[in-house]
Amino acid sequence: MADLKKLYDSVVSGDAKATQALTREALAEGVDPLKLVNEHMVPAMDEVGRRFEANEYFVPELLISARAMKAALELIRPLLIARGDKPVGRVAIGTVKGDLHDIGKNLVASLLEGGGFEVIDLGVNVSPEKFIETVNSKQANIVAMSALLTTTMPSMKTTIDALKQAGVRDKVKVLIGGAPITQKYADEIGADGYSENAVGAVALAKKAVTAA
Amino acid sequence: MPALRPRGLAPAPVMHPLIQQLTSHGPVITDGAWGTELQARGLGLGEFPDIWNLTRPDRVGEVAQAYVSAGSQVILTNTFGANRIRLGEQGAAERATEINAQGVEISLKAAAGRARVFASIGPTGKLLMNGDVTEDELRAAFSEQARALAAAHADALVVETMSDLEEAKLAVSAARETGLPVVACMVFDSGKDKDRTMMGTTPEQAARALTEAGADVIGANCGQGIAGFVGICKRLRAATDRPVWIKANAGLPTMVDGRPKYTTTPEEFAGYIPALLEAGASFIGGCCGTRPEFIAAIRRALHRGKTE
Repeated sequence: MADLKKLYDSVVSGDAKATQALTREALAEGVDPLKLVNEHMVPAMDEVGRRFEANEYFVPELLISARAMKAALELIRPLLIARGDKPVGRVAIGTVKGDLHDIGKNLVASLLEGGGFEVIDLGVNVSPEKFIETVNSKQANIVAMSALLTTTMPSMKTTIDALKQAGVRDKVKVLIGGAPITQKYADEIGADGYSENAVGAVALAKKAVTAA
Repeated sequence: MPALRPRGLAPAPVMHPLIQQLTSHGPVITDGAWGTELQARGLGLGEFPDIWNLTRPDRVGEVAQAYVSAGSQVILTNTFGANRIRLGEQGAAERATEINAQGVEISLKAAAGRARVFASIGPTGKLLMNGDVTEDELRAAFSEQARALAAAHADALVVETMSDLEEAKLAVSAARETGLPVVACMVFDSGKDKDRTMMGTTPEQAARALTEAGADVIGANCGQGIAGFVGICKRLRAATDRPVWIKANAGLPTMVDGRPKYTTTPEEFAGYIPALLEAGASFIGGCCGTRPEFIAAIRRALHRGKTE
């Protein structure tokens, strides 16, 4: 009998191998994949997030837990898709035009996946047009933008303006982050949310889809 | 040809002569931000600054000159991103040696003997942990950069703005191979007290590991406004016998008319000098958002504190 408490523990401790093995075992026993995600893995990632906010976990721990989560999701996702389950939300994420930094963006993408979102990772140096195109073609309801340089921050405003121009601004929630970004900046450019770290980003994204 | 430091041995117990000479006269004024100064001279948003060593050396030289004139005793170089990994993203990996050499030459020319040139080595932007890059690749990139900077006659090397201790150690190790003095500094901007690097390293862990790796000077730069650096400085000072290097931001930026603007003034910044000195800083300068006016303000603050 698959020990689902052990599954929770293996995500929290970032043990990808154990997470995958336990997931496989549970699925083979007929445990509902969505139940595995929502009742065991997402709470595990929430715990990881709590430890991060409490200064017990840092980026390395987030990365290995997200990796464990992803290993499990690789087994689960095909099953959910096959039965037509919808993700919690769809996020178009990228580092803005002119900026090639991706560590933060990758971390957020991993954690969002861990949180049950479908993540369309557009990579780095992403133009406003690319964000818009993804909103339209993939029905993304969240646009998440990252910038590490003060010199590329303005691309965030440009993208928000472009979303307005294209008539899709109110179809999405825009979330931003990155080292030089502040709440004030987010308010100034009309973003819907800002988070100082990847864990906060997931919380914001969850709020964004329920508030919609 | 600088005397080669023996590799694999314990860190030198005696201070490097250049560092000894500089710090014997009191706190050393370093420089301020280069990116924003280059922008003010036409560097485009998102444009890679290091390439200007080849395409606009005169403007790069102006920045160096401005800091020397404002009172910097040590200026850095426009080579922060000039490792082949980051240059590769710009399609310029093969020009690493050239860009680094030019960067040092430009700074040496501007310094004209009035200031020392400490050449900048920044992070690669790749996470070892994620397997984005291997240790060998990092080592090779940092070695190539350090060799080019040393061959162009930089006075010292500054491994700066590091978040990952493993990457920092590899960079310090590569830099030490040149025999030049090495400054090693990290960004402490994470955790609820903003006293850890993004990867969770504390000032104590950084100071110990980087001292052991053979750095001649240990420090902190970037990440948060100057107020937080006083506490970080104290903790670095307590955890190493090396001099401490502090280069603080002028706060975090707000947007004014579409451009990032830093709200800390030169006087506010310089107001922290007494606290930083008491906290044990030997090298003082600025990072993001600072300008030559900040260096001039630091110089005034230091002279006020001196008894003539």
